[in-house]
Amino acid sequence: MIRLSIPVRQALAKLTLPVLIAAAFGLMLLGKADALLAERARMALADALAPIYGLLAEPLANTRNAIDNARRMLTIYEDNTRLREENERLRRWQSVALALDAENTTLKANLHWVPDPTPSYLTARVVADAGGVYARAVLLSAGPNHSIVKGQIALDDRGLVGRVTELGERSARVLLLTDMNSRIPVILEGSRARAMLSGTNGARPRLMFWPEGVTPAEGERVVTSAEANAFPAGLPVGTVHYTANNVAEVVPLARLDRLEVVRLFDYGLRGVLPPEASVARNAERRK
Amino acid sequence: MSTERLPGIRPRPSLWRRLDMAARRSFPASVAALLLLATSAPLGLPGQAELQATIALSCVFFWSLFRPASMPPAAVFLLGLLADLLGYAPPGVSVLTLLLVHGLALHWRRVLTQLGFMLVWLCFVGIASGAAGLEWALTSMMTFRLLPPAPAFFQAALGVGVYPLLAVMFTHAHQTLAEPEHA
Repeated sequence: MIRLSIPVRQALAKLTLPVLIAAAFGLMLLGKADALLAERARMALADALAPIYGLLAEPLANTRNAIDNARRMLTIYEDNTRLREENERLRRWQSVALALDAENTTLKANLHWVPDPTPSYLTARVVADAGGVYARAVLLSAGPNHSIVKGQIALDDRGLVGRVTELGERSARVLLLTDMNSRIPVILEGSRARAMLSGTNGARPRLMFWPEGVTPAEGERVVTSAEANAFPAGLPVGTVHYTANNVAEVVPLARLDRLEVVRLFDYGLRGVLPPEASVARNAERRK
Repeated sequence: MSTERLPGIRPRPSLWRRLDMAARRSFPASVAALLLLATSAPLGLPGQAELQATIALSCVFFWSLFRPASMPPAAVFLLGLLADLLGYAPPGVSVLTLLLVHGLALHWRRVLTQLGFMLVWLCFVGIASGAAGLEWALTSMMTFRLLPPAPAFFQAALGVGVYPLLAVMFTHAHQTLAEPEHA
């Protein structure tokens, strides 16, 4: 090691902090100039951590479920009454649905309807929250030879979750529909009016840009629209809800705060790729 | 600290003792890194992202104040980088915030270490609010849009609440685990 005199060493020690602060500014500029670099660093870290988090995910989920079960034991009587009523109601709906399904089949047969191709999908475990203070996303663990592609659509058992935006060797990041950068073309199921679902980082994304003369009704179902060729039509998203300030929001059907497993569908739609993905595509084009 | 200055001949530290001392010296930074990794595990806690930012801040503030030799600027830089990568913030935002907090803690060290816990905590209230505000402003600037300020307030409030808990554990570790003289 080089032997430095004490004053030189002290001067160097004083210089470290300013130099590192300057380096932090440099890092910010670099991150802005080359978004891909930051993305790659993140996904490399996520790849390293995903297997560890994957091992942790199961026991953690079990613990959470055990706590939930214990809590549910307290309200078991009310739950039972509520479920009985709901079951009655759903039974009536089931007969209606079956009748409609039969009618739909005959009508489609008469019209020579071309059925939508059945999409392929794969299931992946959510291993970590990949959001931050100003981002909403989850990290999926995938095998080393996964076939996940950017832009694939993630759904849980109830509804739309979001889209794959970043890919690693053994992990993938899904931007949730509640993230600030998420914009999803939707249709109001009752009025068939088109609108835009715009994330706010809050629990409920905001409904925007519906046409004049249409008012989204409280409780109306919202499904995706095939506009812009980014989503297939008709995926369930949520229901309309008005806040106290009369802002139309959508309550997502998917349980975004407790995702455990999601299905990734490949509809082969590459109309609009998520922001990070489009940067990558431009970079590829430049090559 | 006192034994270093005592005159006399001491035996050359053995390899084991030197390893032990190195481990104790690196305790603060490694615990901070481990806490950062643990808070991005799928714990399902509400406000986990804010908690992560808060823990990084508390660790850097506490150790910069009470044992700066174990929290050098380079370690702060690396912790900030880890926080940025794990927290999906624009790279550099946490790095800059943590380095500034480290600088402030060093600067006020002489005064602050003489004060009682309550006053240090009060000072941390100011630092946590400033840091949350700075992170909000920098992230807004880097993403070219005005972000909702509510998470920043939540982050600051969470920091104020979490700091005493961490400080109690760290004060204990400061006198036992992280003390190289105990090796």
